[in-house]
Formats: sequence, C-alpha cells, structure tokens
Amino acid sequence: MTAALEAWRLSKTFGGGRRWFGRARAPVCAVREVSFRVAAGETLGIVGESGCGKTTLARMLAGLLPPSGGRITVDGKDPRAGAGAWGGLVQYVFQDPLGALNPRKTIRQIMHAPLRHLLGMEAPARAARIAELFDAVNLRREFLDRYPHEFSGGQAQRIGIARALAANPRIVVLDEPVSALDVSVQAQVLNLLADLQRAYHLTYLLISHDLAVVESVSDRVAVLYCGAIVELADAAEVFARARHPYTRLLADSAPVLGRKPAPAAAGELPDAPPRGCAFAARCSRAGDACRRRAPEPVCTRGENYVRCFHPVETPQ
Amino acid sequence: MSGARVAAAALFVRHRPAGVGALVLLVVAALAVAAPLLPLHNPDLTDLANRLQRPGAPGHPFGTDHLGRDLLARLVWGTRLSLAVGVFASLIAALAGSCIGIAAGFFGGRTDYLLMRGIDMLMAFPYILLALAIVAALGPGLLNALYAVAIVNIPFFARSVRGATATIAHREFVDAARLAGMRSGRIIAGEILPNVAPVITVAMSTTIGWMILETAGLSFLGLGSQPPQADLGSMLGEGRKSLINAPHVSVVPGAMIFIIVVSINLLGDGIRDLLDPRLRAGALSRPAPVTRIERAATGADDAHPPGGALLQVRGLHTRFVSAGARAQYAVNGVDLAVDAGQCLGLIGESGSGKSVTALSLLGLAPSPPAVISGGRVWLAGEDLLGANFERLRAIRGRRVSYIFQNPMAALHPLMTVGAQLTEAIRCHRRVPRRAALDEAVGLLRRVRIPGPEARARCYPHELSGGMRQRVGIALALANSPELVIADEPTTALDVTVQAQILQLLAQLRRERNLALIFVTHDFAVLSQLCDRVAVMYAGRIVESGATHDILSRPAHPYTAGLIRCAPRLGAGRRPAAIPGLPPAADHRPRGCAFAPRCERARAACEAGAVAPARLSATRRVRCLYPLEAA
Amino acid sequence: MRYVIRRLMAVVPVLLGLTVIVFSILAFLPGDPATAILGPYATPENVERLNRQLGLDKPPAQQYLIWLGNILQGDFGRSYSLNRPVLDEVLERFSATLILAGAALLLCTLWGILIGVRCAVGQYGWSDRLLTLTAVVGISVPSFWLGLLAILAFSVNLRWLPASGMFAVYGGGGAADLARHLILPALTLSVVATGVIARLTRSAMLEVLRQDFICAARARGVGERRVIYRHAFKAALVTIIPVIGVQAGFVLGGAVYVETVFQWPGVGRMLVQAISTRDIQLVQGGVVVVAASYVLLNLLADLAQHALDPKIKT
Repeated sequence: MTAALEAWRLSKTFGGGRRWFGRARAPVCAVREVSFRVAAGETLGIVGESGCGKTTLARMLAGLLPPSGGRITVDGKDPRAGAGAWGGLVQYVFQDPLGALNPRKTIRQIMHAPLRHLLGMEAPARAARIAELFDAVNLRREFLDRYPHEFSGGQAQRIGIARALAANPRIVVLDEPVSALDVSVQAQVLNLLADLQRAYHLTYLLISHDLAVVESVSDRVAVLYCGAIVELADAAEVFARARHPYTRLLADSAPVLGRKPAPAAAGELPDAPPRGCAFAARCSRAGDACRRRAPEPVCTRGENYVRCFHPVETPQ
Repeated sequence: MSGARVAAAALFVRHRPAGVGALVLLVVAALAVAAPLLPLHNPDLTDLANRLQRPGAPGHPFGTDHLGRDLLARLVWGTRLSLAVGVFASLIAALAGSCIGIAAGFFGGRTDYLLMRGIDMLMAFPYILLALAIVAALGPGLLNALYAVAIVNIPFFARSVRGATATIAHREFVDAARLAGMRSGRIIAGEILPNVAPVITVAMSTTIGWMILETAGLSFLGLGSQPPQADLGSMLGEGRKSLINAPHVSVVPGAMIFIIVVSINLLGDGIRDLLDPRLRAGALSRPAPVTRIERAATGADDAHPPGGALLQVRGLHTRFVSAGARAQYAVNGVDLAVDAGQCLGLIGESGSGKSVTALSLLGLAPSPPAVISGGRVWLAGEDLLGANFERLRAIRGRRVSYIFQNPMAALHPLMTVGAQLTEAIRCHRRVPRRAALDEAVGLLRRVRIPGPEARARCYPHELSGGMRQRVGIALALANSPELVIADEPTTALDVTVQAQILQLLAQLRRERNLALIFVTHDFAVLSQLCDRVAVMYAGRIVESGATHDILSRPAHPYTAGLIRCAPRLGAGRRPAAIPGLPPAADHRPRGCAFAPRCERARAACEAGAVAPARLSATRRVRCLYPLEAA
Repeated sequence: MRYVIRRLMAVVPVLLGLTVIVFSILAFLPGDPATAILGPYATPENVERLNRQLGLDKPPAQQYLIWLGNILQGDFGRSYSLNRPVLDEVLERFSATLILAGAALLLCTLWGILIGVRCAVGQYGWSDRLLTLTAVVGISVPSFWLGLLAILAFSVNLRWLPASGMFAVYGGGGAADLARHLILPALTLSVVATGVIARLTRSAMLEVLRQDFICAARARGVGERRVIYRHAFKAALVTIIPVIGVQAGFVLGGAVYVETVFQWPGVGRMLVQAISTRDIQLVQGGVVVVAASYVLLNLLADLAQHALDPKIKT
C-alpha cells in the first residue's frame, strides 16, 4: 500500500544560530521526529494541548514551513518536485475562518486564485467550477460578490473549505476547523466535511485540541505531546483504551456529560522538554529509564504504536 | 462597499474639526493652484518707493515688504510653492519608506535586519539635524531642502509600514494565497498592499503637515528657497529683519503656514479616525466605571424582590448603542435567581448575551456602548442598578466578585501578583500592608499554587496559564464574597488544566458555601459543577431548571439541540446539527427567536412574544410546544 | 543587568554608523574646502598644500579612519572661521542648547502628560474637546513664527522679558538673569512637543482604559482614582516613555529655529552659521556631538522603559 501522505522523522527547530551581535540563541524544538502514514480516504486526527506543535506540524505538511529534518511524501512522491505543485496536492483549512479571507477581496476573487494560479483554468471554466463548488458546500451563489466581513464564522468556513477544494487536492489539512465556531454551527461544518470526504475521496488530517471532535470524525488518532507523537491508535480505542499515560490523562480530564469528574492531576506542559520522556515529570508510572532516555515507539497493532516504557495495560 | 462610503461621509460630518480643516485646505489649495490666473501683482516686482507699506495700503491689501513687493501676491505664490514642496516631499518619503517597510516586513529575516538597522541609523539623528547635514552637503536650495526633509521622514514610513506588513504577512489569508499558487510579487501586490494602504495613508496625513513645516523652517534659516524665489518660510525669514517696525511682513506668512498645517492636521485626524477600524467601531472610547442605566420609571410593585434569594434579576435589558450603527440588543429581559451556596450555570452560544448579562449585574458592561435599559438586580434585597457608585464599589469584589475568561488580560501586566492581591484586600478592608501581604500568600496557598511566597513576587507573564487563572480565582476570593460570577473561566485553558481549575472551583465552593454563577458554552463543563442551569438564546433565558432534569429531559427544542450537537467523548457517533444560524443582534424578532431554526415551530411561534411557562416548581421553559409537558 | 549591558553594547555600532553617515555626507560636499577657506584668489599651490595639510589627498576610507581616530582622542579639528578648536566651541555652544532643550523637554513632558491624562479622563467632555483642539494647534505651530510673535508681544509691546541672548549684555549673569532669558525660548520650543505628548498620552490612556484588566480592577472594587492614576497610567507610561525619547530629538533639532529667533548662543545657531560659511569641521563636530548625545538619551529612555516593564527581555 502506498500511503496518500507519509511523514518520516519530521522535525522542526526554531531559532538557534547566532544573532549578528550577541550570544547564541537556544533552539526550540517544536516538532520532534514525527512519523506516520495516512491511507487514501482516511482521516488522521492529531490531538494535543496548546504549544504541543500541532500547528507547526500542519504547516509543514502543507508546505508553508520548511522542515528542519525528515521528509514528507505525497503518493510516494516528494511534493516539492514540480514548482508550485504542493498547493495542488495538499490544501489547508484554517482555524480562523474570517482571518483566512483577504478582507479587501470579494469572495469571487478569492475563489478564482487557486483555479487560475494552480490549475491554469480559463475564465469561463473557472466560473463553472466555482458554481459547482459553492453547490457542494451549500452556499448561495449571490455570496460571490460580497466581501468577507459580511459573513458569519460558519459561512466563512464553508468558503474556506470551497477554496481548499478548488485546487483539487488529494489531502486537506484541517487546522482546528470548528474551534472558532459556535457550538450549534460546529456540527454543521463537521458533517459537511464528512460528506465532502465521501464525495471527493479526500484524505483528511484533522488537528484539534477537542478530544470529542477528533474522536467522532477521525479513523485513527495521533496524540502529540511536546512535539512528538506519544501514541497512535484507532479512534474508537485511543481514549477508551489509552495506552500512554498522557493519553489516559487527557481522556480523564475531558469533561463528559453525565460523567463525574475524575480527580485532576497536577502539572502543565513544560516550556522545554527535558531529556528522556517529556511526560516523565508528570507521570505516576515513570521510572529511572524514563528520565534517562526517550522511549522508542512500540508497535501495538498494525501501524499503531505507543512511545512508553510502561504503557497502561487495559483489558481488550 | 457603498455602506462603508456612507459611513465615511457620516463620520466626516460628525467629526466637525476635520470638515473645517478640509474646507480651509480646499480654499487654500484652490488659491494656490489658481495663482497664475488671479489678478495679482508680479510677486517679484520691487518698488523701493513703496517699501514696508502697512496692510490696507492702496493697491496692496496686505501691504508690501522691505523691497516694496506686494505681500498678497507673494503670499499666494509662496503658498503655492510651500504646498507643492510639502506634497512632493511626502510622496517621496511615502514611496521610499513604504518600499523599504514592505520589503522588510514581508521578507523578514536578514533583509529585515539590514534594512531596519539602516533606518535606525537615520533615526539616531535628532530630526532636523540630519536635514541640516544633508542640506550642508547638497548646498542651500529649495530642491535640496525638499530632498533633505523627505529623507528625514523615510524612517517614519518605513517603520509603520513594516509593522503593518509584518502583521499582515503572518495572517492566514496570506498563507492561503501561497497555497493557491501565488508568488511573492503577486502576494505583495494583491494581498499585502491593499491592506497596508490605509497605514500609508494615515502616515502621509500625519507627516505632510510636518514636512511643510520643516521645509519652511529650512527656508527660514536661509537654507531652502533662494531669492528671488520665495516660499512662505523664506518670506518669514526675510521679514524678520523688519520685525519691530513692520511686523506684518513676517507675521502674515507665518500665519499662512500655521493655517495650512492646522487644517492638514485636523483633516489628518479625521482620516485616521476613519481608517482605524478600532476607532470606527467606537471601541476607543473610555468605558465609564458604571454601565449607563436608562430605566423607564417602574411601578411601586416592582420595588421589592419577589423572593428571598441571594441574587435576583428581573427583566434585565442591556443593549449596545453606538452612533452611526444600529442598536444591538444583547440582553432582552432576563430573569434569574441564585440562592446562597448555589451554583447556577448560564449557558449559551457566543452572542447569546450570557457574558453581557453577567457583567450587567454589577454595572460592568462597558459603556459606551452598553446601556442597561430596563430591569432590576437585587442582592439580598438591595437594588444594585439603583445604587450610587460608592455603594456599588463597596459591593464589587467584597460581596460579589468576578473571575474572567482570559486571566492574562484580566491581570495588570506591570504589577506583581502579590501587589494585586494586597490591593484587592486593602481597598475593602483596613489591613496593614504587611498583614495584607500575608493574607495574599495565604490566598495563593488556598488556590493550591506551589511556593506561594515566591509566586507573590512574580509578574503575571511569568506564570503559566493555569497558574494565572488560579491567581484570578484568588483575587475573586480575597474578601470572602457571597457570590462569585465566573465568565467562561476555563475556556482559554487546555483540557488537563481545565480539569484542575474545575476541581479547584468545586472544592472552594464546598469549603466556603459560595454561590456561583458559571457562564459557559459547554454543557459537559457545566454538568461537572452546577446545580441549576439557565439556557440563553438571543438575549433571553429559554429554559431553566435543575441540571439533571434539563440534561436528561430537555423541554426547549434549542436546549435539546444544543445537547445533541456537541460531540461527546466515547459516544462514537456524529453530532446532530442544528440547521441555520443564530439571529443577528440588531434584529429583535417579535416571537420566539429560535423559531426559524426549529423543527417544531408553527405559525403561533413567530406571531407574538412567548412567555415563560412553568413546568414544575423549579422549571421554566419559554416555548409554546415544549418537548416535555408539565 | 544583562539587558543593560546588552543595550550598552548595541549603542556602539549605532555610534559608529552615525560617524560614517556624518563623514560621508560631508566628504562628498560639492566644491573644495581648501578653496572655500583660502578664497577664490588662492594660488593652486596653496590650495594643494592646504589639501595635504587637511589630509584630503588620501582615499576616503583612510580619511575616515584618521578622522575617527582623532575624534576618539577628542580632537575634532580646528574651525577655520572661528579660529579655535572645534570641540571647545561645540561644547560651549552645546551646554547652552542643553539648558534650553532640557527646560523645554521638562515643560513638554509635564504639560503633555497632564493634558493627555486630563483629556482621557473626561473623554468627549468640553475640556477634552478644548484641550485636544489646543493640542492640534500646538503641533501645527511653526516655532520660528511663534517665537517672533512672543517677542512682539512680551518683549516689544509689554517689555516684560528680554528678546534675545542668554544673558543681559550689561550687568548680566547669574541664575535669575538666565531664567528671565530662558522663559520665552523654552516655552516656544516646548509647544510642539507638548502637543505631541498630550495627544499620545490621551490615546495611550484610552487604549489602556478599555482593556480587560481595568474592568477586572473595577470588578474588584478598586477606587476610580486608583484605577486611572495607578493601573491605567502605569500601563500607559510604557508607550509614553519611548515617545518622550523621540521628542527629545525633536526638541534638540527644533532648537535650531528657536536659537535663531532668540539669538540663543546654542549649537543649532552655530551649525546654521557654519553651514553658510562652509566650515565643515565645525559642522561635523557639532552634528556628531549632538547626535551622539541624542543616542545616549534614547538609551536612557529605553532603560527607563525596561525598569518599568518587566516583560521586555530582549
């Protein structure tokens, strides 16, 4: 099986080097050796708390940020081959739907850009395609001549999705696509995304801090902590039968209707991950080995894995 | 965009000084442009017999100068020259500065570093000194003065344009353009420039007056225009020699410079107000210490609270009024009651009015633009909205306190945590500073902050998000209040931290028998803490009752939809969406606001107001066809 | 403390760059300095000899290094028009400018902040409208014109205050005499900067007053006076202080006009005279000294802001 998207030991380090006048700066590791494969038509959820490197990872996958190490392949090929082709393979749906639309352009101008610059379509063909896309995301065509500020968050996000689809991508990176939306509108957008995935056979990478959203939409889920994937598992099991203690903590912390709150554990995300397992300082199961060296991934089932010396054993 | 244009016209009309400035400038500019057509004397024609004539002399309405030249003609031609020089200098500065600023802001990194260090060098000179040095190098002359003034103003443009560009270059729509296959050049022209243009315009409107002043100044010093050519500055410089016996020769051109620059600056202020989106939204007005209250006279029967609850709210209305915009109806008749020791969850989507309701209780909704237009709030029988400021201040933080959503924004960035806590204590109780500090450390310990003595000396930015919110809670508890109003206190926090804060709130509530109003948009969070729930939609409470009852058997279709549409962890199913959008806040429907999105709606729902119906002793629902009958 | 050292280190390249700019601007002066000094009737041999004396026959980079080396030893050359060492003249004149600019800076900071805070507190009231309008008028007044008006009103007509100079010619001297001479020029010089600082203070205060932590302080029952003068003003100062630093530059530069109008024996008037007599050594020396002191002043403003705002770490 060739994966639709594969990341291999992908890393990103910010800073480092020297200033022109002054001392060397300490590098910040935002993403550390992230590897995964996503099959065509699959949805991989990536979940983690703020500062865990979710957005950095997403931006690298979309070609918006050059990785410091590792490689990305789309359909087994390097997406950098062929100038400007990355946008034709991977598209991005942004967290802030209004911020992703240029306030000084009409929706029509915004929609034309990918068709013209990526696909090189002629004007009449572009108009027909835009009409088709707007039908697909359930937007009225008279919206095309309006400016972004005239739209609500939910409508703007539909426009953002339509623009992403315009490029005919294989993969869509969804960066917190519903977290800026009202609760009652979130479900509309999530359902729309599911319909579109089926209709266009899209591969999704869904990034979110909301466990319930990730669980309900994804096929598999990767849990990110301090820039590294600590656990990769099927969505139905990742929280219900968490293997990594951090995944366990996340699942227990999430408020659930009708469930009594579990006693909360202390501690927060560290600024700079220490040597060894980044979670060791907050972990009740941590031993000496955890603080000395970082655990390697241990295969659980298929391509799923957990990075822990002492994974939680749960009955199957 | 015509709406924006109308708003612009309206703003200009309201901004009267800008209108006056525009008018004066128009007249002056028209005179200057028309100078060759006007019946004026030759401005350079000397007539030594009629030198230093007073204003009003025959043939010379403004008099003559020391060479007998007609002052009026010289004034008009000098104005023409000064205006032209100022405009050109500012165009040059704007062009060069904007190019540097856009390049530095867009490309960043090394380009940015090099360009901006160069700009810093120019800024290292006191303003006019650099112009002097440049004129010294190029030699005196009007054109050289123009270049000098333009160069001196480049840093101002470069800096403001760079700042704006850097902000925009990191906006998501620029990423989107890149993903749409656009190259840097096209992105600068299509995405950056249109959004930076207002900044350039504002910078021009602020500097053009200065540039006219500075070129005139150089001419005044004899370094600008050379005789016989004269701009306003050199007229003033020449006239200075006869200051004592013919003051008008120098006073009149100076007055002209002043008039031009004042009108430009007045107009510039108007333009700035127009182009600055924050000002346009009316947000830059100073919020008053108490929300403006405009209640209609109420009857005597309304003067006393209907029950014995700790906090009672009856018919609260709050709307946002700003000039030139339609009123926004945020809260449209809210009734609430909280007993001592009880926790009420106030739930709704953004725009439902839940936060405004919470802030209105103690008159904290920012006004302008907020106005409380009706209703009463009783705390243990005392009407808070009718209380004077001193009375209200004594209650704020002492008997009723707040916890805010974003602890970073709600803490003073330049005061230590300990200083803010001791202040909170000492503004209600006469406690010596030392004792207050001890008490502050005790409060930090109570909200389970490790190492409270050291933390008290920290500034808010030195704490993590969870610690900051603990400080926010400590501040709320400083004077052992009876009621705490928490406005989405965990929304900005991560899940694991949220769990910690919720646990802390639950513990504190038990320990101190606190009454709590917990504002949230998340039923799952609410269900962990609250005894009772009030569901808000479009500024009204549509359903209220015990948490368990409402979660298991919601009566209002909106409540049911809200519960269903949030994905639930472990439920393994897609959420069911509520169709449509919440109503806009400037629109007040006659009937039920939810009717357009409701499956159960019938004609009667939109026909008239829906009164709250009593389902049981503790449950109310505002629906004609509820899911649960009484 | 590390910040202070780092900030001090950062000043060195700025000062170096500044000397490069000054040197190169004036090195490419049209015309030949030797001809300017010796007059149009000098023999070519004399001109050449003087050029060699002044080091003008060497390549520019070498000229710059020699010049810089001399400056660092305190040798700014000799002013040919005054026939005395440049440094002596510049320092004497600069002290006069510092008195004038210092007084003006003090005035504009004090009044600017007072007016700005007053406006913000009573926003849209009559005092705010009046004072903001006054501030616009203030930033629009040409100081050279205002100075003339002040002389006409207070010296010529009312005869209250002297019109020119730093001390009275006969029997002058002493602090009281200096103060009498200082009033009009200092006031004239401070007007524009007062307007700028007042406007900025007003908008900075308004910006701060609508922030969440002000609402939070009110929600805690903090008194309104304390909210405005402690909480809001403290936060606004962080934006006001750098502007005062920038205004110091405007005041130092603007002193050129005021010194010319009031015949104040400062460095600005000296520069204008030196430019018209093409006394390059004097212009270079004056510009370098004033600009360098301005850089140091801004350094002070930065350090003050750092002391106030714990968040600035870089």
